[in-house]
Amino acid sequence: MTVPIPIEQILVQTVNGIVSGMILALVASGLTLIFGIMDVVNFAHGELVMLGAFVGATTLASTGSFWLAFVTAALVIALFGAVLQASTLRPLLGRDPLTTILATFGISLVLQKYALWQWGPSARKIQEPITGQFHLFYLEYPWYRVATAIFAAAIIGALWLFLRRGKYGIWIRAATQDRIMASAMGIPVPLVHTLVFAIGAGMAAASGVLFGPLGGVTQTMGFDFTLRAFIVVVVGGMGNLGGSILASIFVSLLEAYASLVVSPAQAVIASFVALILTLLFRPTGLFVPTPK
Amino acid sequence: MLALENVHTYYGKSHILHGVSIEVGRGEVVGLLGRNGVGKSTTLKTTMGLVRPAEGRVVFEGKDLAGLAPHKVAHVGIAYVPEDRRIFRLLSVLENLRTGLERPGLSAERRQALLEKVYASFPVLRERRNQAGGTLSGGEQQMLAIARAMMLEPKIILLDEPTEGLMPRMVSQIREIIAILHREGVAILLVEQNVPLTLEVSSRVYIMEKGQVRHHAPAAELRGNHAVIHQYLGV
Repeated sequence: MTVPIPIEQILVQTVNGIVSGMILALVASGLTLIFGIMDVVNFAHGELVMLGAFVGATTLASTGSFWLAFVTAALVIALFGAVLQASTLRPLLGRDPLTTILATFGISLVLQKYALWQWGPSARKIQEPITGQFHLFYLEYPWYRVATAIFAAAIIGALWLFLRRGKYGIWIRAATQDRIMASAMGIPVPLVHTLVFAIGAGMAAASGVLFGPLGGVTQTMGFDFTLRAFIVVVVGGMGNLGGSILASIFVSLLEAYASLVVSPAQAVIASFVALILTLLFRPTGLFVPTPK
Repeated sequence: MLALENVHTYYGKSHILHGVSIEVGRGEVVGLLGRNGVGKSTTLKTTMGLVRPAEGRVVFEGKDLAGLAPHKVAHVGIAYVPEDRRIFRLLSVLENLRTGLERPGLSAERRQALLEKVYASFPVLRERRNQAGGTLSGGEQQMLAIARAMMLEPKIILLDEPTEGLMPRMVSQIREIIAILHREGVAILLVEQNVPLTLEVSSRVYIMEKGQVRHHAPAAELRGNHAVIHQYLGV
């Protein structure tokens, strides 16, 4: 290890880390929102990314419009998420966390097999809507990658505004803090849960479509998202939206830098190390104020 | 207006309420006294739909509330101020109040009028409206909890130990608030440990022991009858 890493490579990996971090943040913010309000760790979250990507790819193939595919996938999967929550998770509310972990794990298997049956085993490609490239040191860097990061940031910003302003934002935040008092104040908590799950599902689908041109669409792509989003949600502090977003970028940067010295497949180890260290030393999350 | 009829409530296997029957008339302030752990708070929680009665009925304006979700109980006109206040700590004071204002059919003017009304009764809440609920003092949190319940324009408020742990100055403020609510025609079911306050503001008082109502009398009668108070409450 005497050869120094050129600064250009580090900068390129920084951009790469931020881009994949923003896509991950889009997945993780839905996961953390759902956990925060329902205490449900949704192990089928990655499958919602995958279904979104497939719905997007199918819509793109028949209409030719990426943005139409993007919106369709988000809406279809949001609706699907609402039905899924109302039919399978609502009856389990308040049970042992193990029950919902098993239930969502079961759902993830069903959705994977459904995708295999519906769309077959071969990977689909989503054509990127923005094709140009620009000079980034020694690379021709695709504009689309930068656009995904900006786009993901815009969606997360919109979510933040939605939670800060207006009736549903207050309902969601009140129900997240105290489900019982929220319902005593007349807030229809079961409906709020369904709404939050639908939002999380829609955001997962949006990430699936955005990710499609970068990594391809397969029925097994979901697991990787679930795993990475889960790491990020723990590292950022369970149920903490801002923490999850920071942790997404942090973990993705960590992996990007690690892949400078080891192969990208081994770089994943860096996120697990971050996960384990967080659980050991800051179990409430890295990006939350120290509990008093 | 509100009647609990022979209500039995369990927490798991422990039998908490053994056939409680209580009535509150329109605009009436009714006290519910008793030692710790006799089921006073459970009586309020059962009324609110937070705990389901195993037996018996909770009737409000002729309608049986049993099995209704708490948010639907709130919609028929019952508001709840819990013992531990349960302020939404990360929401601002104004947002705490807004949890009760985002109801269908409530015009923007009416919302503003309701806010102005509680700000007039609790000026400190106006000052602190943009502060997080969790940063308020205990007394201020109690006021916010009551003000938040008032946002629902309830016909009855279930008030669980509002003076617990408050300084005497705050206690007299709570007494005033109860008087204001009473003047406005809001009924109150008041659970308290503070016997003099309860006897002063209530028209009737129920005394509970071991999950049952043991005594029921007009407050005026109990004010002079220390024997009963001593027997059930040991004060």
